[in-house]
Amino acid sequence: MGKRRVAVVGAGLTKFVRRAQETGPELSHQAVKMALDSADLKLKDIDMVTLGTAPDAFDGVHMKGEYLLSGAGGNNKPYIRNFVGGGTGVFAPIHGWMHVASGAADICMVVAEEKMSCCHPHPAGAFITIFDHTTEQPLKPTLIWIFALEMRRYMETYGLSAEDIARVAVKNKKNALDHPSAQVAEEVTIKDVLDSEMLAEPVHRLDISPSSDGAAAMILASEDVAKRLTDKPIWLDGVGWNLDTSYWATRDLYYPRYVEKAARMAYDMAGIKEPSKEIHVAEPYDPFDYKELHHMEGLMLCERGEAAQLTADGVTERDGNLPICPSGGALGVGNPIAATGLMKVIEIYLQLKGDAGKRQVPGDPRVGVAQAWGDLMQVGTVTVLRR
Amino acid sequence: MTIIKVPVKGLSSKEYERSLKVTWQPELQYAWDNGIAIGKYLEALKDGKILGSRCEKCHRIMLPARSFCELCWRPVDEYLPVKDTGIVNTFSICHVNWDASRLKPREPRHLPAVIEIEGASAGMGIMHLLGNVKPKDIYIGMKVKAKWKPRKDREGTITDILYFEPVRK
Repeated sequence: MGKRRVAVVGAGLTKFVRRAQETGPELSHQAVKMALDSADLKLKDIDMVTLGTAPDAFDGVHMKGEYLLSGAGGNNKPYIRNFVGGGTGVFAPIHGWMHVASGAADICMVVAEEKMSCCHPHPAGAFITIFDHTTEQPLKPTLIWIFALEMRRYMETYGLSAEDIARVAVKNKKNALDHPSAQVAEEVTIKDVLDSEMLAEPVHRLDISPSSDGAAAMILASEDVAKRLTDKPIWLDGVGWNLDTSYWATRDLYYPRYVEKAARMAYDMAGIKEPSKEIHVAEPYDPFDYKELHHMEGLMLCERGEAAQLTADGVTERDGNLPICPSGGALGVGNPIAATGLMKVIEIYLQLKGDAGKRQVPGDPRVGVAQAWGDLMQVGTVTVLRR
Repeated sequence: MTIIKVPVKGLSSKEYERSLKVTWQPELQYAWDNGIAIGKYLEALKDGKILGSRCEKCHRIMLPARSFCELCWRPVDEYLPVKDTGIVNTFSICHVNWDASRLKPREPRHLPAVIEIEGASAGMGIMHLLGNVKPKDIYIGMKVKAKWKPRKDREGTITDILYFEPVRK
């Protein structure tokens, strides 16, 4: 039996906030309920549920899959948690795709949740255990180190300035003004970014997305079911994921080759030969502003080293030739890690349906890509959607 | 299905302080075995050497030492010391601590770097710290050398190298 074609038929998204009153299961429940309502389905119609959530250390709950089960609508169903660090949010629908493409499920609920505020006062410390316990942790690393090291290497390789990078934060925070879920949408200038607190050179406070609480949900269905449910199915036509070596200091950080490998896998599946021409809208992962540029290059949406110039030229604005992060991204909407990735896939879904409201990109987009990234700067997860 | 209204209430700092909550400060302790390859690596550090391992199939000399070549998927053929000098591949001047607390104005900044170690295959870097250098003088491509703890103080940990300092001509 070959692979079955898989469609997106519904989605839900909570507001992203710094400290949610709701618990993780309550956040998940909200997103799942919105997704069911959007597709005019009941929980009993869902065959299987897959849930993505990032490290247990944020919630301080050891078995987060079990903890979130009820809110995710997984009771008494085939249910599983998936995890690839920061890449989880885009891997979650890939995992859902496996459920449906394989024929195991006709309708699969995909949920992504993160409640980072439980780790109080700041979740940064929870990240120390991502570093090697013997050869790195004794140096007391903080998460920002790896971003600072990678950002500097990227800037040095292509001769980019701090302004080149800051422009992404300005664009995404502005885009997020039109997103009802946004946590840190605002009009800022390049100067505001460069004047914000210097945390780890070259990374300023406003180069970074916030820590957030939030949840997202998406419903996937097989082709025959999707055609019954909607006259406008959006197809999940390409999926790809890839992990590079965990010896992260032994590979050149200027280019995310694992993102390229994941993208090639997804593009091959979707029959995309020239991504820079065939993809109309993209949501690369932007937890830091330089990452959007880095990932545009890994996704082969432009030449290596070219992303900053395209951004400066306005090509990546919502009304540009290649809109990038029209949602507002992690930098503007917020970054509840796994939920952010799924928020990005949802944004592409809405854009291709023509349902993105004030965020709708012009030109009747038909093909879009969403991507996330994570673990120890080593995983790329990519989905290609098509109308 | 345009998403217009979204649920969830974010708490302001004041509301958060007033809200009822349960707190927990875990006191967990772990002991991580060094394993075979890293065990040798740490023993070599105690001896003032940086240990790599060599694979005869791909001809790489890898850092840190590992017991199997992850590319050729076979046991390494040899453990061997490389030099204790290297080139700065990238670096940061960091103003915050591991838990995001801020350094005080006069505290020395953290200076993490990826250092490509000489004698290993091209691109074989390790993360460590720079020291004995003004932050503004650091640059990519700078040649550095390990500053070792005095022999009697070494414990067989990565901090037996205090930092890497510029090689001054």
